[in-house]
Amino acid sequence: MTFLVIFFVVVVVLALSVFALYNKLVGLRNIVKNSWSQIDVQLKRRFDLIPNLVETAKGYMKHENETFVKVTEARAAAMSAINKGDVKEVGAATANLDASLAKMMLTFENYPELKANQNFLALQEELTSTENKIAFARQAYNDAVMSFNNAVEMFPTNIIASMFSFKQSDFFEIEDKSEKQAPKVNF
Amino acid sequence: MWELIEKNKRKSLLILFLMFVLMTALSGAIGYSIEPNYGLYWGAAFGILLWAVQSLVAYFLGDDIVLHFNMAVVVTPESSPQLYNIVEEMKIAAGLDVMPEIYIVQSPGLNAFATGIRKNKTAICVTSGLVENLNRDELQGVIAHEMSHILNRDVLFMTFAGVMLGTITMLSNALLKGTIFANSDRRSRRKRGIGGGHPAVILILLLLAIFAPILARIFYFTISKKREYLADATAARLTRYPIGLASALQKIAKKSSVSFVSKITAPMFIVNPHFAGGDEDSIFSASTHPPIYKRIAILTQLQHGGTVSLGNYQKIYEKEVEHSPLLSNAVLKADTGEKVRLQSESGNKVPEQTKAVEDIILANAGFKILTCECGLKIKLPPSSVAAKVKCPRCKRELSVENGKLDTASSGGETELVFKRMSLTAWESFPCQCGNFTFQLSPLFRGTYVICKRCGTKVKIEYPE
Repeated sequence: MTFLVIFFVVVVVLALSVFALYNKLVGLRNIVKNSWSQIDVQLKRRFDLIPNLVETAKGYMKHENETFVKVTEARAAAMSAINKGDVKEVGAATANLDASLAKMMLTFENYPELKANQNFLALQEELTSTENKIAFARQAYNDAVMSFNNAVEMFPTNIIASMFSFKQSDFFEIEDKSEKQAPKVNF
Repeated sequence: MWELIEKNKRKSLLILFLMFVLMTALSGAIGYSIEPNYGLYWGAAFGILLWAVQSLVAYFLGDDIVLHFNMAVVVTPESSPQLYNIVEEMKIAAGLDVMPEIYIVQSPGLNAFATGIRKNKTAICVTSGLVENLNRDELQGVIAHEMSHILNRDVLFMTFAGVMLGTITMLSNALLKGTIFANSDRRSRRKRGIGGGHPAVILILLLLAIFAPILARIFYFTISKKREYLADATAARLTRYPIGLASALQKIAKKSSVSFVSKITAPMFIVNPHFAGGDEDSIFSASTHPPIYKRIAILTQLQHGGTVSLGNYQKIYEKEVEHSPLLSNAVLKADTGEKVRLQSESGNKVPEQTKAVEDIILANAGFKILTCECGLKIKLPPSSVAAKVKCPRCKRELSVENGKLDTASSGGETELVFKRMSLTAWESFPCQCGNFTFQLSPLFRGTYVICKRCGTKVKIEYPE
């Protein structure tokens, strides 16, 4: 009789801890998903902004067609990457887009008339902010991935993770091409 | 990582608990001084009740009181895109679910504070002086600091601690008066003094009354200062740009004084608002906030270290201030850190913010602000009724978005209907007869208005 009671208690405790660990893993994975959707929102917002900015700038910059074409191409590539939904590919395409955008921003410096245009300034602020938001969302996403991956790897959650096939998520890395190319302007 | 910080409050909780014990002891002592038999328990219960009631009031009304009394103006993405963007950036970085409301208070002083006792209703308030004088990176640093207060739930914590401090001060005043009063009273009425009037008991009570508030204040300031450092560390981590906050602090230090602040809300400001900067050595200015030069020194060193992480901040903090952990080791280890980012492109310029703030205030007063394609901003006073204006610079015609006067038929009767476009601005439209102009204030919610000249009745419809 005593043996039965002990057995029963052990089974209940085990079951409860499996539930708790499973829920923890699901919670962490949901945070990862949420953070990714934040990045997604901002990347798409940027895709919407770029054509507007290019249109506004074109009126002032007749001889910079090449720059615009590059930006437009990079945008298209990044858009197709994000539709596939592969984190690594999105990272590479975004890096490309970052670089060509930074180049375009630099050429703007040569057109003071453009810089006096209120609409343009507003668009530029929007774009800068969206880029910041992408960077910050990436930070939050990578933090979330880190805690999720740790949970998948570490004891005791790793047992539950392998039982229910939780897989590690990819980090979102953007190679800092733009940061290397954009010269620092210090006054 | 951020979810760990919430659990990391044991030390602060301990101090809060000590304050609580102090408060209970004090009110118990008062009870005892009145009634030696059961007064101790009644007094303690009364003290806790007093604190609970005040805390509840602060919990449910605290935020609103601060904002309403200061005539804070709400910032929308339309009225000040940059400020709104910066707050949204920090909200994303902090991984918060709810976007805080943003307010601007008219004040030349440079300061900012966060409110938000409840998690789903938070707000960040900045002074107009702050928006006018800081560049984008600096503003981001300040907003990140305030966001950290929200993230770390400091507002809730400091409110409860502040209310407790207030209660202790109040109780000790009462006890002090009580002892003196009861003592002089003893001659006329026997056995009505403190504990039968034994000198040792009186002495202990007096000491308690004198030292309790001082002790409580020390406890309170200890928590408050630590939380400032912690908010700095978190802000640096969120922005990846510690020098932005450092240079903002430098500017704020010169002119941080803001007149409308109560003592309980002071710890929520980025720099103590009761004292204009420079006076760092005064006991008072150093009370709720750590000295600014120390905060700047830590942030600058963090910037030069190249990697921003909570662990690195902790190391520099130990070198500069004291050997005591701001956070538990688990949190410090969980943070792998990020490389310091570059200065943002517009980071080194103070943009034309002065005009932006002016616009927000005008818009709030009912002015309509139209931006022409040529970039000119046209500000129409609330009394203007024109449907179209010509841009004085490029001569383009701009249509004014105003409500429209329409006719609608309901149940066989036709009536005039005016559809309002906005509930936050003044709106006006001319009557059919042409001799009268209706002016509707932002607060107007009536169903009908009647022309004072011709008596025409116009129905008012509101946007949803």
